[in-house]
Amino acid sequence: MDRLMNFLVSPVLKWALLVLAVVFPLISDNEYHIYVMATAFIWAIAVYGMNIITGYCGQLNLAHGGFFAIGAYVVAILTVDHEWAFWPAFIAAGLAGAIFGFLVGVVSLRLKEHYFAIFTLCVGFIIYLLLEKWEELTHGSLGIINIAPPEGFGLVDFTETVPFYYLVLAFLVLSVWLVSRLSRSLLGRTFLAIRISDDLAQSLGINLMRNKVLAFVLSTVYAASAGALYAGVVRFIGPAEADVVHTFDMITYLLVGGIGTLMGPLLGTLAITWLTQMLQSLEEYRMIIFGPMLVILVIFFPRGIVGGFLTWRGRRLANKASQQGQDGKSQTTVNTPSTPNADKQEAGNNA
Amino acid sequence: MDLFLQQVLNGLTLGSIYGLIALGLTLVYGILHVPNFAHGALYMVGAYVAYFTMVDLGLNYWLAMIAAGAVVAFLSVLCERLVFHPLRHAPPIHDKIAAIGILLFLEAVVQMYWGADFRRMPTPYNEILHFGGLTIPAQRLLIIAGAFGLMGALHLYLKKTMTGATIIAMAQNREGAFLVGIDANRVAMMTFAIAGMLAAVGATLFAPINLVYPAMGHLLIMKAFVIIILGGMGSIPGAIVGGLIIGFAEALGGFYISNEYKDVIAFALLVVILSVKPTGLFTKGVR
Repeated sequence: MDRLMNFLVSPVLKWALLVLAVVFPLISDNEYHIYVMATAFIWAIAVYGMNIITGYCGQLNLAHGGFFAIGAYVVAILTVDHEWAFWPAFIAAGLAGAIFGFLVGVVSLRLKEHYFAIFTLCVGFIIYLLLEKWEELTHGSLGIINIAPPEGFGLVDFTETVPFYYLVLAFLVLSVWLVSRLSRSLLGRTFLAIRISDDLAQSLGINLMRNKVLAFVLSTVYAASAGALYAGVVRFIGPAEADVVHTFDMITYLLVGGIGTLMGPLLGTLAITWLTQMLQSLEEYRMIIFGPMLVILVIFFPRGIVGGFLTWRGRRLANKASQQGQDGKSQTTVNTPSTPNADKQEAGNNA
Repeated sequence: MDLFLQQVLNGLTLGSIYGLIALGLTLVYGILHVPNFAHGALYMVGAYVAYFTMVDLGLNYWLAMIAAGAVVAFLSVLCERLVFHPLRHAPPIHDKIAAIGILLFLEAVVQMYWGADFRRMPTPYNEILHFGGLTIPAQRLLIIAGAFGLMGALHLYLKKTMTGATIIAMAQNREGAFLVGIDANRVAMMTFAIAGMLAAVGATLFAPINLVYPAMGHLLIMKAFVIIILGGMGSIPGAIVGGLIIGFAEALGGFYISNEYKDVIAFALLVVILSVKPTGLFTKGVR
């Protein structure tokens, strides 16, 4: 049991997951499954963005789906109407995410808690309405077809499912790596401090506004890049991409996996995506299951799969340590009680 | 001039419905400090209950309204008991996510039972009245009269009865209310019941000149949020005034500026107001 537990928090697990992801197209001969996995990875990238602002920084952003759609539309408009190639358009999408994120962030982050959530809900809705009504720019409710796929410079063809899968996987690994660096850096800890208490963070000399805007812009760049990749694989998009339902889906992924944890967004997205695939006949009514699931998770397991596991492990280690500590007193062993805390902290950083 | 008056009348109709929905939202916010994202779903369920008591059971309009009010009030209390009560000590982000969960669930259930079709609710009041150059459908008059009647009744209830006073007391000062022995659970349940009832009656009034479909609450709930931010969260007169402001802005803006973008007006107004004054228009002191 202990071995399994240690394995689950060791870096070996991450490498094992990566190897599994790399060989997945080789063992699975079902192209549809590979396609589903690739789109799940794209959503996971967006959910990592949401985790930065909502999980680490504690601000519930309900416009995330809107920024995803902005990324997708930038690629679509530039490649279809202006005949750009995919990669320059991809970079433009990331920039657009940053610029819009900055503008929205500067206004919205002056608001606290409920006001922020409601404001971003409205921003998401404005984005949706603009995409639907501004026909000259966005083609209106018809959507945009024939979006250029990512070009492979003659080496690979990204219109094929398997090469595209590896492309998305590469972006996912990059995203996770960046977030893991972030969560261990001073900046990541600053975000955590803001989540725990605005006032406390400010009294430590943290510039609230600057850090919140930074977290927000990072998250919107993630969302817009994910949207750009999505446009590259689906190659047809409409205003429905900005529907608030996508934001709610992403909240579900984040909450199931574990809000504010490193592996949570990935595990949550994969778990729910495959669950939905299995319940395909229920696609339309999936919310009958996911709605109450959200409520139950928030009430009983607010930290999701990964967070729940870490709490359980921390408690177990602490118990064992205190037992050892009691035995140890007679045998003059010292220092055991201090290790579990260090361990827990380390686990919190790694997982 | 007649055209202008016609738009004023439309604004009054919209505004009184918005006010009614925002009133429920603001009451719940005043008591529990929860922005209830599920309120729009309760409104939608109210419309469906009324529709099916009229069409399937063949009951008349007023009985359908009472049925809708009762069912949704019960549903609303159920939400409070099962979801918001257990979460009362949780961080604020949890309430919001749970409310979203309820919203998704109710919408999916309604869609499963009754499909996603748009339906038109019948009404016994189809006459069109003429005053000078104005044409006024009777249903619109009913909406205005009904909404303001309900607001008046709510005002009397809150000011003149003991239970109403406990709600006000708790909204004003939580600890103070506990000190004088007010039962928090009872007040919370009462408030949710009233909010649900207001949403259902609003839906029954408004549905005949609108359509009934599972996503009908989306836009309305967002506008209701704009209204209570405008009017100050938790403020009852603020919700009514805010509702009228948004109603007039939409009717006049939709007519004189652009009908296409009239739904954006409320949100654009919100963005401008919050950019200038981050705590809303009529709030005093701290949040």
